[in-house]
Amino acid sequence: MFPESFTVSIAQPINTFVDWLVINYGDLFELFSDGLLVVLVALEGFFRDAPWWFVLLLIGLVAYGASRSIRHALGLMALSFLMGVLGLWDEAMQTLALMLVATTIAVLVGLPFGILLSRSNKTRAIGLPVLDAMQTLPSFVYLIPALMLFGLGKVPAIIATVIYAVPPVIRLTDLGLRQVNKEVLEAADAFGATPGQRLWKVELPLALPSIMAGVNQATMMALSMVVIASMIGNRGLGQEVLLGINTLDVGRGAAAGLAIVAMAIVLDCTTQAYARRVQISRGDS
Amino acid sequence: MTRIALDRVAKVFGHQIDDALALSRDGVEASVIRDQTGATVALAETTLNIAAGEVFMIMGLSGSGKSTLLRLINRLVEPSGGCISIDGTNINGLSPTDLRTVRRDRLAMVFQGFGLLPHRTVADNVGFGLEVQGASEEVRLTSVADWIARVGLDGFATALPHELSGGMRQRVGLARALAAGADILLMDEPFSALDPLIRREMQDLLTGLQQELGKTIVFVTHDLSEAIKLGSRTAILKDGRIIQVGTGAEIVDSPADDYVRAFTDDLRSSGRP
Repeated sequence: MFPESFTVSIAQPINTFVDWLVINYGDLFELFSDGLLVVLVALEGFFRDAPWWFVLLLIGLVAYGASRSIRHALGLMALSFLMGVLGLWDEAMQTLALMLVATTIAVLVGLPFGILLSRSNKTRAIGLPVLDAMQTLPSFVYLIPALMLFGLGKVPAIIATVIYAVPPVIRLTDLGLRQVNKEVLEAADAFGATPGQRLWKVELPLALPSIMAGVNQATMMALSMVVIASMIGNRGLGQEVLLGINTLDVGRGAAAGLAIVAMAIVLDCTTQAYARRVQISRGDS
Repeated sequence: MTRIALDRVAKVFGHQIDDALALSRDGVEASVIRDQTGATVALAETTLNIAAGEVFMIMGLSGSGKSTLLRLINRLVEPSGGCISIDGTNINGLSPTDLRTVRRDRLAMVFQGFGLLPHRTVADNVGFGLEVQGASEEVRLTSVADWIARVGLDGFATALPHELSGGMRQRVGLARALAAGADILLMDEPFSALDPLIRREMQDLLTGLQQELGKTIVFVTHDLSEAIKLGSRTAILKDGRIIQVGTGAEIVDSPADDYVRAFTDDLRSSGRP
């Protein structure tokens, strides 16, 4: 037995801290939560109210823009069509809206942190273990405080998804910036570029393929959170899986699972095709 | 008129910089200093004056400190001691903002590996210096078109760097440096990565442009024949020290030591002066 006098309880202080947050800053969290909700609900409403063929066309256009290949775009449109055939169009649109919002936030949060990490080895030494912890910590551990701060529903689902999805964006932004050709950086300095000009005109464009790989991974990780997100009240494909499990309806679960896979392929292929095109257009395939 | 003046400028990498500098001043060899202090003397105290309009060559083997010497002039490498001045203005003491202004307006650089931006077209690469300076688009486009033509890149304005051959890429590097309008050109082995025929072509291009422009050029090379062909004077470096400074004729006729003689012998045996 481990001697009891050595043990320290961290549960109580953390509980006190979360309670304190809820009591003192509850309004602030609610404000933030409401703002996020407005965006998500608007996007969800747009996808669900728009005619199915319009959304399909939109997916095709984005896929074509990313890959510049008609075959590629048609293939991804067919996969999206499959989600409708499975009778899960409405649910898929809800999940797609959640994915887009979560990935966008992950990029907006991840880019600055990635830049920060790449600036010095010290920030990196502190940052990397934190990222590891974010990815290995069981999601329920931060889902519970998120629930307490933001209430049931879509917002904590977004927060949980972002926490899980942001590490690859940070990691690959850092990596991409560190791999930028040294002579090109010297050239930027030699011509008298300011740190801002150097970042926007040289470093970020050159790190773009790596950053896009991070965005790709982030979308994949975000999608793997949909079932857990549905447990705290986010509707969509995840909820179908959950209902299938709860009612032992294997077929229903399988259909929803298939739709999730289809969406994964659509998101994966689109982001990857874009990253590859950027790379090929610079001659380093 | 002296354009660039180096007064006892030195560069030491590592710790115990003062100890290493003191040893180097006593004439101790770089390898011995490294064993004793762990510090690497890339450039021992060097005093050098480069006149306006001169094409000054820095020659030496790899690791002789020639790239370090070049980068001390625009402070891409920070000096460990001594004073660097351009037209009498001390460069060492400048704040980051003032240093950027000097780099933007007075100094341009050409790199061995070209250092081009892979995601930008030839035109946008050539215009980089002017863009950084904040020139208006009109000024930039006019100047870019002019320089693209003068370095022989007509018709390639919208090409991306990876679509060009090595020689063409270095034409972009040269145009970028010239378009910036600086009167001092720092060239770090610009033609070393090119094959011999293209190298000669580029040397002739540079000579032709220099006759019109009269820039002050500091040019690093490991090839003595290139140094003699292009330079008004050449400094020969060995282990971070200047062994000899002189015109091509002076170096060929009276090499300072066996190290320099090895280069000049090599030059004679290859059938050129």
